[in-house]
Amino acid sequence: MADLTLRVNGSEKKVSVSPETPLLWVLRDTLELTGTKFGCGAGLCGACTVHVEGNAIRSCSTPVSQVAGKNVTTIEGLGANGLHALQQAWIAEEVPQCGYCQTGQIMSAAALLAKTPNPTDDQITQAMNGNLCRCGTYERIRKAIHRAAGNGGAR
Amino acid sequence: MSPLSRRDFVGAGIAAGAGLVIGFYLPHRGSLEKDSFSPNAYLRITPDNKVTIVVARSEMGQGIRTALPMILAEELEADWKQIAIEQAGASTLYGDQTTGGSASIRTTWDPMRKAGAAAREMLISAAALTWDVPGSACTAESGHIKHSASGRTLSYGDLVDKAARLPIPSDVPLKASKDYKIVGQRLARVDSPAKVKGEATFGIDFRLPGMKYAVLSRCPVIGGKASSFDDKESRKIAGVSYVGKVGDSAVAVVAGSVWGAMEGRRVLNVTWDEGPNKDFNSTPLKNTPTMARDLPDFSKAAVLYSAGTTPNVLKLNQVYQLPFMAHAPMEPGNCTAHYQSSKCEMWIPTQVPQDCRDSVATAIGLDPDQVKVNVTLMGGGFGRRLEHDYAVEAALVSKAINAPVKVIWTREDDMRFSTYRPASTHMLGATLDGSGFPVALRHMIVAPSISGQKGQPTPNNVDPDLPDEAGPVYGIPNYSIQYLMTQTPVPLGWMRSVYAMQAAFALESFIDELAVAAGKDPLKYRLQLLAKDQDLPYFTTTWHTARMRGVLQLAAEKSGWDKPMPAGRYRGVACFGCFQSYMAEVVEISMGNDQPKVHRVIAAVDCGQVVNPSILEQQIQGGIVYGLANALRAKITVEKGRIVQGNFDDYAPLRMDETPTVEVYAVPSAEAPTGIGEPSVPPIAPALCNAMYAATRKRIRALPILNS
Repeated sequence: MADLTLRVNGSEKKVSVSPETPLLWVLRDTLELTGTKFGCGAGLCGACTVHVEGNAIRSCSTPVSQVAGKNVTTIEGLGANGLHALQQAWIAEEVPQCGYCQTGQIMSAAALLAKTPNPTDDQITQAMNGNLCRCGTYERIRKAIHRAAGNGGAR
Repeated sequence: MSPLSRRDFVGAGIAAGAGLVIGFYLPHRGSLEKDSFSPNAYLRITPDNKVTIVVARSEMGQGIRTALPMILAEELEADWKQIAIEQAGASTLYGDQTTGGSASIRTTWDPMRKAGAAAREMLISAAALTWDVPGSACTAESGHIKHSASGRTLSYGDLVDKAARLPIPSDVPLKASKDYKIVGQRLARVDSPAKVKGEATFGIDFRLPGMKYAVLSRCPVIGGKASSFDDKESRKIAGVSYVGKVGDSAVAVVAGSVWGAMEGRRVLNVTWDEGPNKDFNSTPLKNTPTMARDLPDFSKAAVLYSAGTTPNVLKLNQVYQLPFMAHAPMEPGNCTAHYQSSKCEMWIPTQVPQDCRDSVATAIGLDPDQVKVNVTLMGGGFGRRLEHDYAVEAALVSKAINAPVKVIWTREDDMRFSTYRPASTHMLGATLDGSGFPVALRHMIVAPSISGQKGQPTPNNVDPDLPDEAGPVYGIPNYSIQYLMTQTPVPLGWMRSVYAMQAAFALESFIDELAVAAGKDPLKYRLQLLAKDQDLPYFTTTWHTARMRGVLQLAAEKSGWDKPMPAGRYRGVACFGCFQSYMAEVVEISMGNDQPKVHRVIAAVDCGQVVNPSILEQQIQGGIVYGLANALRAKITVEKGRIVQGNFDDYAPLRMDETPTVEVYAVPSAEAPTGIGEPSVPPIAPALCNAMYAATRKRIRALPILNS
């Protein structure tokens, strides 16, 4: 066990966990931030995507010790002031079906827009290809990203 | 609940708290002929003018929490903004609560409309009594009753007490589709905001104070058992509090965190009794299967459909094959259980709350009414959650440790201990007339029975799913569909569109081969086969060639079939009907490195009245993406009794880069709605393979297409 200090969604959190514990389970079980999802445990599906220092990472394959002291943002902290433009676009385009993968999708899209405010279709595909959706919402995800980009989605 | 008479409505009364409550009967799937009905949903209007509709089916992404209440709200003349949704758990009040078979809308359409209409009429009567005017002078609109002659208005909430005392009308007028204000609108789904904020509670997110987590080590060989285990290393993992057998084929590791339980399982040493299947291997499929040397005993085949007389010997014959497939919903299996000696409460993402209740009761020695099942949101279902394995495991572990526990499956658990779409072989034969059209066609489906394997009835050796999923498409004069039930040790389950995917792949590939043999355009060939209006009775459904022709024509028109494709682009078409809906799909592809790239799919559907066009579009786009993954790569294989595939690397769903544009067109219709969750799946594999034939002149007769 190790005592670690995390900075999650702008707040400092002290946790006492095995240092190799994947960040995913610390977020979900210890900090009760369940918007970040478990899908594959192997970095293959993207349901667990969060931001570390603004970069999209797979929290299921990231030991918590690696992010100690770094800024972690989860879906719960994405829209600091109400809904993020992507979340609004997701609602406007009626993206979610089951919705399970969508928080991870939005986190990947948010990291994309932060660096590429007006992505092309190819850039969207490249950024989003690591996120699986078994309901097949990809077409609406693409539309929602374009919509958010058009509305200044990098916020 | 008191015994109930066979009427549409149970009765009205003052519910706990003031309000007008109408319970109503809904026939469940497959029991339409039976004379037993039971109340399946509730409408509750309270004095604060809130209309609460209890949804007694499960939300797995198909939009049922939105679409089902829309139907009732339409007849009620409610204001959609005043509707609140409540999810029902397992109950004896609701009839069969199974969510599957693309059945929720089609089987509840009439009862939901009648319930809304009866409530509306009662509210009108209550207002008429209040104002002492004839009911015919009053109208219902947006949650209010109006008396236009005097300009008076009362809200539904104002009228609940009086309405609740009125008798329930048995025969109420229903609205004409042209007057619909809610049904047919692209209303926003009620569940979207919580899902994009990460606030939606799926089964895996639910937690109780003091809850433990468990993962199970299951025998890797199908049908094997746990002989003994050594938990010395597991007990060294921080937080591991219990290790013990669950049933006779699994060992549970319980810890204070999911990760602790996973780590404890990783170092657990179990000795397995591998049982009778330790040498079982699934049969490899070949891209060009030939007629099996040892033909099955066709005299044991059941006749599903027969028109005219199909001769034994037919001139053109082909064999098609499909492998086992896994549902792989995004949310892995899980269930939270809290056993407390004389009761057990469950929180579970399930399509079958009542089966979970009953199985859990049996497993832990309680009566069903001592087991409370709460239905959570599901991270996908696709039929996987028609099983109740997670629920039984969670209840057994909770009983063993006498504490609340959440059982979690990993992705590998989901892939290897699932129930699988049955592998199947299809033998098709036809004899063509002088113009190249079949005078006779036989389709022999050779597959194990899902229900049969589970010990459920298979009357006349027919799997009970086949009546919804393997019907005739064309009005061929001599046409026979037969089914030969086989056995397999591989656990079987109902996977999105179930047998329709197999039946459509075989039939619609074969029809394409016939069109090629006849030297005709494959779409025009199909239209010719559907040219005459014919009714094709099949079990309790009658398929209409006119409606199938309608979707084909719509797909042809929207795809611009009459115009040639640009260089390097090819297309294929297929049509099929299942769950009472008609579907045609045109697929446009290009080829690169012998692999297809799907650019565009044009999907035309006739599913009767569309309840919510946005949800319809979601279901069709989703079914096509799901079906494309099935066609291209989905394959579960068994080696030495073990499922080979384990995660999304060796069982790879479609990603964004492979996803085509899907255009959805619905035939305008005021017919009663029919299934929409599954019908888009079956045509996509044959349409794609037919497009590949157009591109390469090579015929794919075994799935998956990218067979390594």
